[in-house]
Amino acid sequence: MENKVDAGLAIYVHWPFCRSKCPYCDFNSHVRDNVDEARWSRALTAEIAHTAARLESPRRRATSIFFGGGTPSLMPPSVAAAVIDAIARHFTLADDAEITLEANPTSAEAGSFRGFRDAGVNRLSLGVQALNDTDLRALGREHSAAEALAALDAAQTVFPRASFDLIYARPGQTLNDWRGELKQALALAGTGAGAGHLSLYQLTFEQGTPFFQARRRGAIQPLDDDVAADMFDLTQDMCEAAGLPAYEISNHAAPGRECRHNLNYWRYGEYAGIGPGAHGRLRLQGALCAVKAHRSPEKWLAAVESKGHGGEPPARLDQRTRAEEALMMGLRLREGVGAERFEAATGVPLRTCLPASARQDLIEGGFLAPGADGLRATAKGRNVLDAVLGELAASLQIPAEVPVVS
Amino acid sequence: MAETRAAKADAGGSDLGRIRNFAIIAHIDHGKSTLADRLIEMCGGLESREMKAQVLDTMDIERERGITIKAQTVRLTYTATNGETYHLNLMDTPGHVDFAYEVSRSLAACEGSILLVDASQGVEAQTLANVYQAIDANHEIIIALNKIDLPAAEPERIRQQIEDVVGLDASEAIPISAKTGAGVADLLDALVQRLPAPTGRRDAPAKALLVDSWYDPYLGVVVLVRVHDGVLRKGMRIRMMAAGSVHTVERVGIFSPKTTQTEELGPGEIGFVTASIKEVADTHVGDTITDDRNPAAEALTGFQPSVPVVFCGLFPADSADFNELRESLARLRLNDSSFHFETESSPALGFGFRCGFLGLLHLEIIQERLEREFNLNLVTTAPSVVYRLRMTDGTETELHNPVDYPDVTKIARVQEPWIKATVMVPDEYLGAVLKLCEDRRGIQLDLTYSGSRAVVQYRLPLNEVVFDFYDRLKSVSRGYASFDYHLDGYEDGQLVKVSILVNSEPVDALSLIVHRERAEARGRAICERLKKLIPRQLFKIPIQAAIGGKVIARETISAMRKDVTAKCYGGDVSRKRKLLDKQKRGKKRMRTFGKVDIPQEAFIAALRLGEE
Ligand SMILES: Nc1nc2c(ncn2[C@@H]2O[C@H](COP(=O)(O)OP(=O)(O)OP(=O)(O)O)[C@@H](O)[C@H]2O)c(=O)[nH]1
Ligand SMILES: C[S@@+](CC[C@H](N)C(=O)[O-])C[C@H]1O[C@@H](n2cnc3c(N)ncnc32)[C@H](O)[C@@H]1O
Ligand code: SF4
Ligand SMILES: [Mg+2]
Repeated sequence: MENKVDAGLAIYVHWPFCRSKCPYCDFNSHVRDNVDEARWSRALTAEIAHTAARLESPRRRATSIFFGGGTPSLMPPSVAAAVIDAIARHFTLADDAEITLEANPTSAEAGSFRGFRDAGVNRLSLGVQALNDTDLRALGREHSAAEALAALDAAQTVFPRASFDLIYARPGQTLNDWRGELKQALALAGTGAGAGHLSLYQLTFEQGTPFFQARRRGAIQPLDDDVAADMFDLTQDMCEAAGLPAYEISNHAAPGRECRHNLNYWRYGEYAGIGPGAHGRLRLQGALCAVKAHRSPEKWLAAVESKGHGGEPPARLDQRTRAEEALMMGLRLREGVGAERFEAATGVPLRTCLPASARQDLIEGGFLAPGADGLRATAKGRNVLDAVLGELAASLQIPAEVPVVS
Repeated sequence: MAETRAAKADAGGSDLGRIRNFAIIAHIDHGKSTLADRLIEMCGGLESREMKAQVLDTMDIERERGITIKAQTVRLTYTATNGETYHLNLMDTPGHVDFAYEVSRSLAACEGSILLVDASQGVEAQTLANVYQAIDANHEIIIALNKIDLPAAEPERIRQQIEDVVGLDASEAIPISAKTGAGVADLLDALVQRLPAPTGRRDAPAKALLVDSWYDPYLGVVVLVRVHDGVLRKGMRIRMMAAGSVHTVERVGIFSPKTTQTEELGPGEIGFVTASIKEVADTHVGDTITDDRNPAAEALTGFQPSVPVVFCGLFPADSADFNELRESLARLRLNDSSFHFETESSPALGFGFRCGFLGLLHLEIIQERLEREFNLNLVTTAPSVVYRLRMTDGTETELHNPVDYPDVTKIARVQEPWIKATVMVPDEYLGAVLKLCEDRRGIQLDLTYSGSRAVVQYRLPLNEVVFDFYDRLKSVSRGYASFDYHLDGYEDGQLVKVSILVNSEPVDALSLIVHRERAEARGRAICERLKKLIPRQLFKIPIQAAIGGKVIARETISAMRKDVTAKCYGGDVSRKRKLLDKQKRGKKRMRTFGKVDIPQEAFIAALRLGEE
């Protein structure tokens, strides 16, 4: 299926380095003494050129850029500038492109904010994580609450838009603790011209992290599921009341303030990944493909320097996979999965894949919203989305699957 | 087992007068297999570097549990004090009550027995059970008082106890230590002096008792025989008289204990035959093997068929393994004729087999062997006994599976099997043992003493015993009580079928038949257990126990409240995919009850847990 109008491409750029590794984090982030920034800058721009060349219509529109990590705020702003320039050279960078950078709230990094803004970054996402020092220490963070607040203040002044992240449902946290902290967070998120966005993640114990081991040893006691569920419900209510309703499971924004880059993932739009471990979903030779880069920074760097890209060969996604991914991503959004978008991505109408009979139990149980052309999870359904997805995936009907040849 | 060519000494027919066939019988752990070690060692059957403790317990499961499951036969060459050389055919038998069938078949192949009694423990329940079997088999019995190396050994007191309790003359009992070897030389001499030689005619038509058979990966089907008349040799066409099948003998031989081929097996000898037997059905223990061209006129008496008393369903955890399970069961059945199976299907568990066993340990062993030797993952349903149903129309049926319980209005009476049990227990634990038996609806028949040891006889319903009676008995007596039983007829009982309903649908695999008075407690226990085992789901799940339409216990699993990945980052869909794939894989192993999927593991766990 050919795209008539260029729906635009979101470009993710991964900076895999951090000052220290947080004990809960399983992102592709690494601590290195020396990073040859000039070399990294060349490699990132080389991969951008390669990606652009690989796409059918050579000058695709780029609607958003997201510098994620790791800790991209550790990058010299000149590297961000070089990357943005490269994207502008190889793609048509939309005038209103959203360019986000993730930052850690230490004073050193706050010092580079202006540099990033001058490079073209217009949105900052700050990893505040907690608003008290005890919990920040427990999370193994390198900054204090005061430093984080100062960085947030700077971000809100320097960037047209700023958001921040908190991790909640921490071990030992009570519902009341969280109520107080969230109230404070909403006050902070709600003020300032560019504010109005907040990411609130429940702590997950990811395999392979020190937190995971500690939980297994019994050294960390995770919150009871019921308490975590209460906190989630409280979060929905308080954010809604403060004018920052959830537009995704963990993301809250005033209307119009949503992160467009992330919305594109959830709407299962096309995106390119640049940098180690970055993922992309790109239409190549008419078929939607998964593109994935080597995770190891060194391996990726060497690959780009020898071949021009650090990716593994693209893998075509069959219909079932596309349908499952579209549901997995789309049902995270409050707006749900649009019937048109679903059909465009998968080539099958949503109604055919999930006929009324397959939805009925979940609708009766109050997990899916009734009616509607698309598919939308209710607040109750979003709370147990993984289980809901399990049910839907089991009843997905893919008509006479056409095998993909590659 | 490695095969070695026969030594010249084994060629030719042995002189009958120089053969002695005997079984070693005793209560569990009184040292049978250890004594076999010493006998093997002293007769040079194995070199010292080849020896290890209980060398005949070859199965992993035997070595791990320290018990003998399968009887083993060894031919030893013994030069007696009189300078004559004898062939001693020794059969080491299991001690546990569940394997009594192994013992009885071994006894049928021998003329005598060594009754081994642990001199620190004395006569126990299986001592009695086994010695009475040996007496019934007309055995000459040599008594050995074992473990005299132990400080707690009291050979003289035990000698007296044997006379009092067993009623045998124990004046010639030989004190030994199977561990150190003390007294074993005397025992060997006594075997030659006191046991009768076998009888039989070399020139008569061949007649041999099929004692046991098993599958050997190198030799194929191996048949253990006791030759009565005639000779079995390679190339001969043999006929199984009951099965009617004919085979050509490929090898004959003995176990030294190494597998050793011989030229022939003559009268009085115990050894093995292989004969390109493919069909499991062709070997029936107790069958008589004869010469196809010159058949014997009459078959030997054979064995009473074993009667399974405990039944359960065995299902492959992965339904794709059904055929493999069938083949594995057939293989095991070849090694263990006392266990029975037929196909069964269950909505909760798919296709599987209804299997009959001699007891709970037997069940456990078969299950474990299937899992480890055949690499199968199994689901076992709750053990049940065989009920007799008298229907209102006058007919009578046997019920092996609670699932088949008919409409109650058509049942006139339900009868359940009873047993007569003998428990031997030190005085101080008698109270606890009596209470246990009373709790299990037992009726006391007799209570006598032998010193400070009580011998109690009870009649008990078998269904009260098959679950955890043995474990409870061990625990209330701190391991000092011993137990033996035999079936003792059927009686009418106040029995009901308790169904377990998950999400209002009956889970057949969990239904059970119990005494009316215990139905509620049992039903409640299962509901509570399931509640703990079944993970919360999108929908709340009622769990009920019911008799017919009447709910007697209920629990509810509340709906899950939170199950969502908080962070979905950087377009890394593959991570979430893994989660979804895991869920999908999990779903395949679930059983659907209405809107609810229950992981099969929950059933398995519910079934595996013992009664609390
Ligand atoms: N001290 C001492 N221990 C012994 C003697 N004979 C056997 N044992 C120990 O008693 C335990 C049981 O011995 P086994 O030979 O396995 O007994 P068994 O009668 O074959 O047992 P089952 O086959 O399970 O009925 C082992 O720990 C032996 O080491 C002995 O003469 N002296
Ligand atoms: C790529 S991470 C980190 C960005 C930045 N390096 C930082 O630490 O502030 C993006 C966000 O994911 C969230 N996060 C990371 N690990 C998490 C976990 N185990 N559980 C919940 N949220 C997590 C944090 O809120 C974090 O800000
Ligand atoms: S949480 Fe952020 S700073 Fe901490 S290790 Fe992960 S990416 Fe790096
Ligand atoms: Mg033994």
